[in-house]
Amino acid sequence: MSLLDVQNLYVTFPTRNGPVDVVRGVSFNLGRERLGIVGESGSGKSQTGRAILGLTPPPGSARADQLSFEGTDLRNLTPKQWRKLRGKRMSMVMQDPKFSLNPVMAVGKQLMEVLRTHGAGRAAAKQAALEMLEAVQIRDPERVFRAYPHELSGGMGQRVMIAMMLVSQPDLLIADEPTSALDVTIQIEVLRILDRLVAERGMGLIFISHDLRLVSSFCDRVLVMYAGRVVEELKASELEQAKHPYTQGLINCLPDIDEDRHPLPVLDRDGAWAE
Amino acid sequence: MTTTLLSGRRSARWIMKILSTLGTVAVTFLGLLIVTFLIGRVVPVDPVLSVVGDRATQAQYDAAYHALGLDKPLIEQFWIWLVNVFHGDLGTSNLTTRPIAEDIARVFPATLELATVSIILGTAIGIPLGVWAAVRQGKLVDQIVRVVGLVGYSAPVFWLGLMGLLLFYFKMGLISGPGRIDLSYEYDFTPVTGLFLIDTAMQGAWGAFANVFSHIILPASLLGYLSLAYISRMTRSFMLNELGQEYITTARVKGVPEWRIIWGQALRNAAVPLVTVVALSYASLLEGSVLTETVFAWPGLGQYLTNSLQNADMNAVLGGTLVIGAIFVGLNMLSDLLYTLLDARTRNRK
Repeated sequence: MSLLDVQNLYVTFPTRNGPVDVVRGVSFNLGRERLGIVGESGSGKSQTGRAILGLTPPPGSARADQLSFEGTDLRNLTPKQWRKLRGKRMSMVMQDPKFSLNPVMAVGKQLMEVLRTHGAGRAAAKQAALEMLEAVQIRDPERVFRAYPHELSGGMGQRVMIAMMLVSQPDLLIADEPTSALDVTIQIEVLRILDRLVAERGMGLIFISHDLRLVSSFCDRVLVMYAGRVVEELKASELEQAKHPYTQGLINCLPDIDEDRHPLPVLDRDGAWAE
Repeated sequence: MTTTLLSGRRSARWIMKILSTLGTVAVTFLGLLIVTFLIGRVVPVDPVLSVVGDRATQAQYDAAYHALGLDKPLIEQFWIWLVNVFHGDLGTSNLTTRPIAEDIARVFPATLELATVSIILGTAIGIPLGVWAAVRQGKLVDQIVRVVGLVGYSAPVFWLGLMGLLLFYFKMGLISGPGRIDLSYEYDFTPVTGLFLIDTAMQGAWGAFANVFSHIILPASLLGYLSLAYISRMTRSFMLNELGQEYITTARVKGVPEWRIIWGQALRNAAVPLVTVVALSYASLLEGSVLTETVFAWPGLGQYLTNSLQNADMNAVLGGTLVIGAIFVGLNMLSDLLYTLLDARTRNRK
């Protein structure tokens, strides 16, 4: 049985001009593998991730023909049932640790909160939190444990975020642009840590990004989204054989160090693709 | 070894912090004294005339002029006034012929007691209401809280006070009327702090306590309502801001129960700016609300200041202004200190 089964997912937001579907009929299966979702801003990739966690921001709403996580139907869970899944079985790393960590709470307390919420004792939670900080290669876990988010660099903050989301050993991690707010050199470091932990624990990963090259080098499979739809699904290794004109356009826009591609082509957008 | 070093450094930082705060307070206070003094000299009121009356001879006038020290240079007058202020001597009131410091010590507890009960009511009800309105944004509760706040903003306090007295005291007889205490209870206890609720409770004079309570409840509810209107509105907007932040989503992803997200995380962050809101409301209550004190015959600072002003008793006005200014400075200092306790980001600035 697959870890996550999504069939015909829609996410709708009401607007002044009537409801707008920002995700339109997305379907995919996820095993214990790494799935990339790429697309431009507004393509619905982040809302897809949030809908899986049941965190579509109000007044938006999500519906699907099927949305199940290890056999559990996610569509009609009570808040209490959601709380048992979130943090413990599935979690999410967000874009910028500057905003996604609580500014007035010490890092260690935020880490421990995950475990304490799901029933761990104080001492055990502290122990696990410190070990997790070490696992994301933080050199002085005791110090970082006591620190506040503003005292950490972006890379450190994102490692803390990853530690917090993995500390309770979930089966599914959604990483929503986890490295977009970081410097390029630090991106690779953070990705390596994420890669290693996901592989070690045999988790399922949904890696959401606008960076096609990053996704293809990091994931097993890639979904390409455009205007709320999946326009193409392909193996990361077969990216060059993309058939859809939008994906081809994205690939053509990538600059190449060995080639003088000047000026870079502009991305084609065809209204027909959105249909 | 490391820990003692660390804690030593930390306490040194705290000492520096307190010293710099005290330095700021000293400068602010000096400024306050200068402005207060100059206002007293600039207003077109002849302090001599208010002492000797308008039928005094020139000789009497000159004598009083000299006695008041008005023939000295302004700087020297300020210096003398300053030295006196630091000795706790604010001069003598022309109206009551008592030392002003004594007068203020008598009227200020009345205002302090009323303001404190009011701010406790306003905060204890206003913050939860604001949180509730923010969580149910746009729903019925939010609309009700908004209307309640709007009425608090716009209804004149003296009218509300009179209507309250008419309804609860005159018609229903639920509470006691104007004043702080009925005469028959006044000698059941000795005023120590001047805060009658505390004095009566400490001395076990429960009959008097009940009487004091039934006097204070209406004016305190009224003033509490006014601060509630402001506090709940500010809480609502701070909470809306916090609830839209990404760390709230993080908490939801972690599986934290919604009530703990709201009351533990969002409100904990909103508490930082709320400290200032509550401190400013409290300070404005401590100025003594003249209208409320008049309607309820409350012998507080507001009434004292108005009386002094109407009788050209400038020394008393200056003394009162000084006390109010000192309260503002003190409350600001307190909220600054609370900031550093509530928000780590304001702590480590070197």
